[in-house]
Amino acid sequence: MFSTQQSCWFIRKVICWRAAASIAWAVLLLPPVTAVFVILSRFSLLHPIHTISECFSLLTSAGAIFSLILLCGVILMVGFLNLEYYTVIPTIACSKIALLGQLLHPRQFVNSSAHCIMGIIVAWCCAVTIGGRYETIGYPCTHSDGSTHMCLNEYHLILLLAGAFVGFSHSLLGVIHNMNFVSFHTVQQYKYLRFKGSLPLVVKCSATQALYSVRNYVVVYFFLGYIPKAWICKTLNLHLNSSIHPLDSIAGLLDLSLLYHLWISATFLLFTWYITLLLFRIFVTEVYNFPVQSSFTEEAHQCLPKVLTDKEPMILKFLALQDLALLSQHSPSRRCEVFSLSQPGGHPHNWNAISRECLSLLADLTQRLVAYHDTVATNGRAKSLSTGSERKTSSETSVTSGTEDLMSPRPTLMMKTPASVFARSIVGGPQSPLTAPFTPDLDSPFASPSLRRLTAPVEQCSPWHGTVQSPHVMRRVPKLWSTSTDSQANGSPPPSPASVASPQQQTSKPSLLAQFLQNRKEQVKHFLAKRVLIMYLFNKLPEASSQALFADSQAHIWALEGISYLIQASFSEDQFGVVQTALPSILSCMLVLQEAVDRHFKLPHASSKPLRSASSMGDPTYKTLRFALRATLKTAIYRITTTFGDHLNAVQMSAEHRKRLQQFVEYKD
Amino acid sequence: MCSLALFPAPLPDGQTTLCESNNELLSGSDAEERPKQVRSTQPQASLGLWFDRTADRNYQLTYGGYVQHHNPILLFKKASYPELICNNSAVSFPPAVPKCLSVSSGCTLALLQWVSSFHGSLFPHLTVSYFFLSDCVVRAFAWHPHTDKFAVALLDDSIKIYNPKSATTPTLKHRLQRSVAAVQWKPLCASALAVACQNCVLVWHVDPCSLSTRPSSGCAQVLSHPGHSPVTSIAWSPSGSLLASASPMDTAVMVWDVAAESCVPLQRVGGGGVTFLSWSPDGSHVLAPTPSALFRVWETRMWTCERWPCVKGRCQSGCWSPDGSRLLFTVQGETVIYALTFTDAPGSPGISTGTSKGPQAAAVVADLSETSFNTAHGDVIVGGEIQSLAWDPRGERLAVLLKGDPQAADRPAIIAVFKTRTNPVFELLPCGFVQGEADAEPRLMQFHPSFQHGALLTVCWSSGRITHVPFYFLSAGVPHFGLSGSPLLPRPQERCSALANQSLFTEMIS
Repeated sequence: MFSTQQSCWFIRKVICWRAAASIAWAVLLLPPVTAVFVILSRFSLLHPIHTISECFSLLTSAGAIFSLILLCGVILMVGFLNLEYYTVIPTIACSKIALLGQLLHPRQFVNSSAHCIMGIIVAWCCAVTIGGRYETIGYPCTHSDGSTHMCLNEYHLILLLAGAFVGFSHSLLGVIHNMNFVSFHTVQQYKYLRFKGSLPLVVKCSATQALYSVRNYVVVYFFLGYIPKAWICKTLNLHLNSSIHPLDSIAGLLDLSLLYHLWISATFLLFTWYITLLLFRIFVTEVYNFPVQSSFTEEAHQCLPKVLTDKEPMILKFLALQDLALLSQHSPSRRCEVFSLSQPGGHPHNWNAISRECLSLLADLTQRLVAYHDTVATNGRAKSLSTGSERKTSSETSVTSGTEDLMSPRPTLMMKTPASVFARSIVGGPQSPLTAPFTPDLDSPFASPSLRRLTAPVEQCSPWHGTVQSPHVMRRVPKLWSTSTDSQANGSPPPSPASVASPQQQTSKPSLLAQFLQNRKEQVKHFLAKRVLIMYLFNKLPEASSQALFADSQAHIWALEGISYLIQASFSEDQFGVVQTALPSILSCMLVLQEAVDRHFKLPHASSKPLRSASSMGDPTYKTLRFALRATLKTAIYRITTTFGDHLNAVQMSAEHRKRLQQFVEYKD
Repeated sequence: MCSLALFPAPLPDGQTTLCESNNELLSGSDAEERPKQVRSTQPQASLGLWFDRTADRNYQLTYGGYVQHHNPILLFKKASYPELICNNSAVSFPPAVPKCLSVSSGCTLALLQWVSSFHGSLFPHLTVSYFFLSDCVVRAFAWHPHTDKFAVALLDDSIKIYNPKSATTPTLKHRLQRSVAAVQWKPLCASALAVACQNCVLVWHVDPCSLSTRPSSGCAQVLSHPGHSPVTSIAWSPSGSLLASASPMDTAVMVWDVAAESCVPLQRVGGGGVTFLSWSPDGSHVLAPTPSALFRVWETRMWTCERWPCVKGRCQSGCWSPDGSRLLFTVQGETVIYALTFTDAPGSPGISTGTSKGPQAAAVVADLSETSFNTAHGDVIVGGEIQSLAWDPRGERLAVLLKGDPQAADRPAIIAVFKTRTNPVFELLPCGFVQGEADAEPRLMQFHPSFQHGALLTVCWSSGRITHVPFYFLSAGVPHFGLSGSPLLPRPQERCSALANQSLFTEMIS
């Protein structure tokens, strides 16, 4: 109750105003952009001065002002959709079918149709401003028999449909490229400078994207153009002028001036929308200064330690963590407040809350990595057994247990144990809201069936419910055999599930019917797995699961930075020694995470770099977050070891951790 | 203020500087006895390297410094031109000139310079032309910031990594690793080494535990941006999170997020490209001089910059004090060292714009104009233009590489070393000259970032030799990021008192 109220506070007071400011700027930028568009669209080389004077008279006409008002409405709508659909954690589709699901989601359908309509409106405005043959939808024409009718102006129609097509493809590409993902920059700049810096990119993006869209549109119109044409004619009671070439023919479409106008209109449309998106991103990701502590109790919920622990909204948590990372780095006075003691009582509440939240974030990531590794590593082991390659990374226990599982599969009952590890990170939503991107693994029908069956019920019986776990504990549990979509993709088929199921009948006999159904299901699955299209749709995209695992790692990066800078500063600034008490747990948490990350990077596809995408407005930073996290984690540990040096020997920790830490002290990792 | 006159005379030919001990520069005659003698004084520093040029003779000399044709204009002034007042500068208007005339001429000058700065930014390649300075086999040198290993870039574009604790010396070669201009290790990291190449920045990840002598090119990340070439200087942020790269042909400084391989171009109008980069040790500022008479100091919190137009020529070299509060720099065509003090404390609360708090003008702290010394072998003239500066990480020794005249035998390139103190006031005291073998000229120099017993200056000579010159002293102040728990001994006073009357520069506390 309290937290929802508080989230309302932040959304209401900060995010909405930022969005409003960004939309206002986008609206202010609209007239100059429109002017440039008008000049570019009507420019003729032969009469430059005439063009310019014509443009001026056009821009001051009533029609232009009306279309400008319409465009403002579109910008407002786009800005509103940006605010409605933005996310700080990208949704990463792990397979083609998941992507398809995203595209066909009702929410996305609303978005697409809204963009379609807005595209038509913008295209109408373009048609009116370009004028000439594009201006109206109907014109009087005389038939061969001498009677006059209203005929359909196909040039107008083609422009309107182009707008709809570009708007639709913009919305689809938005899903594919995660265009609604808002990323935070490591380099802080003022808003104006950032805008200025990204402007050339936006121009380039919109021009190239418009080019591609127009190319696709022309092809589509060539084949399917007659449908909307006939429909419009029918509904508006217009006639087709048979004396003019139809546009959905090769000769009609090879009109350079038409293509240029289509392209410049699409560029204008995309540019205004991209500008709105860019401004929104810049405004929303601006640093927000949370007070570390407040002397007024009614403002206590707005303070950094309190805000950090909030789960919702995500943007609030991200901005709080960003603020923490920056204050720990740049602001001694605010650091001092973090290290301070509470006035009556003398407890370091601020530091405790901050460090606890950062540690729980890191522990959560560790858990996720370990769980993921456990589900994937079995497949890797199955492969490595056949190829004979050695896997040093996982501890011996897991290797032996894995082989054991392969040799003598356990009855279904025992399979619960490892699943519980997996399940907690999925079902444990309330404890770990950040794990959402992990779920796509389960959506795949080729995920282990037992896993999916067991995710729901076991959560409560899990002995580690809601506690921070070291992976050593988790690794001791017996491993589960699971069907690998990965290995199928790699062309090495795993042993047939049916053959695994048969020994089960000898060891324990659950209901025969269930067994039979299970076998059937596996057979059907196996049958389907051989069909190319199905495999294409259901195959996991390489490294997508890895990306999904680290989708929210920006939060972890800030947590690591914030806490390591605070510890570095505490060496000289912490008067009461509040940091020292937490140092062993922080170090061990970081070392455990370091180990988990190292293991993760030894998986196939995890360390492969994503391809540099060409110009697109989608922010590709989420693809490299895992590398950023790895680098930040190492730097954070080195920052602590360099600052404390030999004093670390006095910190209590396990022998294994001490050994790993020693490597960092000697700069050998 | 002819500072060099207070220096002890340079050594005769054949003598090389070995180390500083007990406030005295020790010298030796023969290169062969050098390690022994050093070992006898202090056992810690006896690294030495020798690169034979003959092996690399067939490689072309492709990279050097810049020659640049700009008429010197006026003063050191910060951003705004019309107020042409500068306390230490060489030129000022005589009082007899009417005020309106001086103001109008100042404005004209400012306008002229403003217009000419566009020339540089529109045609950055015109202001820079290459000349062959680097006859040295060693192209670039970098100490690891935390350990005793270092990387050396050779003329054949390979990079060797030497580590006293390991027997293997990995050699880094990459298809894109051409005309290497600079190397630098990532701070707070054991393995990452950034290399400035012709068309890109390479970031090598050299596993210190690996036994391989030829790391595969898969260990290198390629950071490239269209139009950003040739990259001639790089600088890691001291926190290890960002990497800045600059090119004299590109007006933008690139700030890289290395893990994400994404970059933010920082572009400002005027000046042309960026000739080198120097990140202050506290991470708050970056010095970015241009090939024209202008340099910028970027503040790294919000990445705004201060413009500093120069009196004459371009900023040749610069270095930061360990606490990042003071910048020393030299200007091409001048024989003095200037200092800028940044009073706004790093990380002051809120966002500092730097316009109100920053310094208003640079002060001259040392004059290194030509001075002749009478030695046994005749007169030797020392001084002149300054090639580069290096300040040791404790802020106690400042090495100044003087260009000399390669044609004249009696004007050798030489390294002058000053003793410096930054607390409580900034002070410069003479220490001595560091000389190598007879024909060798110093080319590159760098202080060891974490030498325990004072300062260790590493010099790369034109002959291909790399020598380490240790300066043994007890630090006067507590080292800034020092970690030795025991309190340090006070500095021995007897020689300081003798030198006290020779102080070259003492900052006046206002």
